[in-house]
Amino acid sequence: MVPISYFVALAAILFTIGALGVLIRRNAIVIFMSIELMLNAANLLFVAFASTYASLNGQIFVFFIIAVAAAEVAVGLALIVAIFRSRHTIDIDELSELKG
Amino acid sequence: MLLSEAISSTDFFHLVPWIVFLPVIGLLINTFLGKRIGEKGVGIVASLAAALTFVISVLQFVSLQAHPEGTTVQLAEWIHIGALNIPWAFRVDTLSTTMMLVVSGVGTLITIYATGYMYFDVRYKDDLKSYGRFFVFMNLFIATMMTLVSGDNYLMLFVGWEGVGLCSYLLIGFWFTKSPDGTSGVGNSEAGKKAFIANRVGDFGFLIAMLLTFWAFGSLQFDAVFAQAETVSKGFVLAITLFMLLGVAGKSAQIPLYVWLPDAMAGPTPVSALIHAATMVTAGVYLVSRSAPLYTAVPEAQTAVALVGGVTALFAATIAVGQYDIKKVLAYSTVSQLGFMVAAVGMGAFVAGMFHLVTHAFFKALLFLSAGSIIIAVERGHHPLGDDAHEAHHDEHHEDEPFDPNDMRNMGGLRKKIPVTFWVYVAGMLALAGIPPFAGFFSKDEILADASHANMLVYVLLTAAAFLTAFYMGRQIWMVFFGKPRSHAAEKAVESPLVMTVPLMVLATLSVVGGFMNFPTLHQFTHWLEHTLGHELAHATEFSPLVAVVSTLLALVALGVSWLIYGRKPLESGQADPLKRPLGPLFTALENKWYVDEIYEFLILKRYRQLAAFLADVVDWRFWHDWFHDSVLARGFRSLTHFLANPVDLGVIDGIANGLAKVTKGLASTLSLLQTGFVRNYALSVLMGVVLILGFLIFR
Repeated sequence: MVPISYFVALAAILFTIGALGVLIRRNAIVIFMSIELMLNAANLLFVAFASTYASLNGQIFVFFIIAVAAAEVAVGLALIVAIFRSRHTIDIDELSELKG
Repeated sequence: MLLSEAISSTDFFHLVPWIVFLPVIGLLINTFLGKRIGEKGVGIVASLAAALTFVISVLQFVSLQAHPEGTTVQLAEWIHIGALNIPWAFRVDTLSTTMMLVVSGVGTLITIYATGYMYFDVRYKDDLKSYGRFFVFMNLFIATMMTLVSGDNYLMLFVGWEGVGLCSYLLIGFWFTKSPDGTSGVGNSEAGKKAFIANRVGDFGFLIAMLLTFWAFGSLQFDAVFAQAETVSKGFVLAITLFMLLGVAGKSAQIPLYVWLPDAMAGPTPVSALIHAATMVTAGVYLVSRSAPLYTAVPEAQTAVALVGGVTALFAATIAVGQYDIKKVLAYSTVSQLGFMVAAVGMGAFVAGMFHLVTHAFFKALLFLSAGSIIIAVERGHHPLGDDAHEAHHDEHHEDEPFDPNDMRNMGGLRKKIPVTFWVYVAGMLALAGIPPFAGFFSKDEILADASHANMLVYVLLTAAAFLTAFYMGRQIWMVFFGKPRSHAAEKAVESPLVMTVPLMVLATLSVVGGFMNFPTLHQFTHWLEHTLGHELAHATEFSPLVAVVSTLLALVALGVSWLIYGRKPLESGQADPLKRPLGPLFTALENKWYVDEIYEFLILKRYRQLAAFLADVVDWRFWHDWFHDSVLARGFRSLTHFLANPVDLGVIDGIANGLAKVTKGLASTLSLLQTGFVRNYALSVLMGVVLILGFLIFR
């Protein structure tokens, strides 16, 4: 079998890329994609451990995460469309009026 | 039962409190019902109260015949604090009963006389409302004087002492409002104040004496004190007697406190007769006689008393020679005769002193009342009242001139106009001058006889005073009654009514026969007082024919000299006193009373007023008020409040409150920098937080 450490490393890399994407990219949709990437990295980890320790808990939890990710994307994309309709941009640097 | 048995089995001692209560009832009736019962009613009530008091005194006298040692009648408990026990008790013995009889007897006669005198006086002063007030005060005086003489202890005596001082003040300043005849009322109230203040100095001495008595003897009750008189330290007794002498000098008008008595003549004449001749001023003599055991224990004090009396007697007699006011002559005569009494009791001749007190009461009251009769007669001549006006035609011109009815220079030739007053005045004069067989001779002679044995210096002083006494009385008689009337008023003088002349006649009779009370060899009065004073103190004086002859001769010579100067060539209207030229400045000094009042004013009164002004202006206003209150207290307080208000309240407290707000604002503005609005910043902080927490949990 493939050693578990490969999966962990892969998931860590994916998660880091996703986190950096959230922090660095300015496009809202790309941020969403990075969030998805982070979530999928978590999914990968869950499945890998489920497979290694022959436990179904990980796989069940992946279902939940997928459902939540889907719901969140739906709402988020709807928000982005609404913002684009009023501001004509989805550059998050431009959307910084809620400040002190 | 025989009358003597009846008298001996019953005694009237228990009635003695009525001597105080009866006059008080009289004055209460006159105070509240005075307006309703009118002038006649007021006079009757007052005279009746005094007369009944006299009856009670006579009953005490009668009771003492059977029980000569006397008794104490306690009425109520007054002060009882630890060792100090002062009840309101009456001491009835021969000494106090003598005083009671004199005060109530002479007081009754004077009150009756006053009902007539005040009738005229309130009309001349145009103040009919004051009639009742006068008799209220007279009865109050009798009540307080009775308290004085019947007291069983020094404090009761002092209560009466102060009471008569008050009555004296009230009666001297009786006409304190401005009178229409021009005499300002201020002078009368000033005279009253002078009497009260001079007496107060004496009362201070008496109070110190009482405090020392309680300190040394443990009691103020007479019997308790006199029992220990010999055993207590002499220093204490000397101090007590000397301070008491100060009180005597105040009340009995001796040097140096006699100055109030001549001014007291501002009061109506019955007041001068009763209070300032017969009774109140003798309180000092009574005090020394009562304290005889104390005085005989310290011969130094006795010498002091005798010398004060002797010097005063001569000093006052000299002043009387230069006075023109008829009452002032009698006033200085009173001071002089009081000097005789004080000298007598000072030399241990208590019987002689008390004897002279009694006879002096008779003839001095007679002289004063007669002087009042003369004054009224002259005033009625000057300004006839209602009834008189019908007989004499109103001389308007004369009425408006300023006129002093007391001035002897305005009199003259009155023996034809007012004969009754003239004859009683002669009787009084002969008694005062000491011509036998009148009363004054026996009492004055006894004093002189005692002085010749006890103290030669005092004998000389008193004899010289006796000579001058006869001289100035003679001068007065010639000036007032002989020659030609020197003023229109004297021309038209009218005799006084019976209500005034009858008491005069009674007193004249007493002045004539009163001396036989203590006739030499019979000595009834001596035996009477022996029951109280004891045998050593009330010794019978040997009759000395030499002294008697010398004093009688001197008196006759003095009368003769006065006739040569004033009688042979009677004074003309407007003429100066015949003694003025030969004596020159000496006579001016006599006229001005040796300038004693002026000296007191300069040395004492002016300094006192300056001290008062200094204390008031400098100490009270400038120091206390201006500096201390305004500068120190007020300004200090104001700077304290400013300090508390500005630096503390505004600075510190507001600083804390404002600071708190400022810190919060700073914190808020600092923290609000975190809210950039950039989502990426928020996302970064979330990530950082997660990393930190995970790190903490993993590496814990």
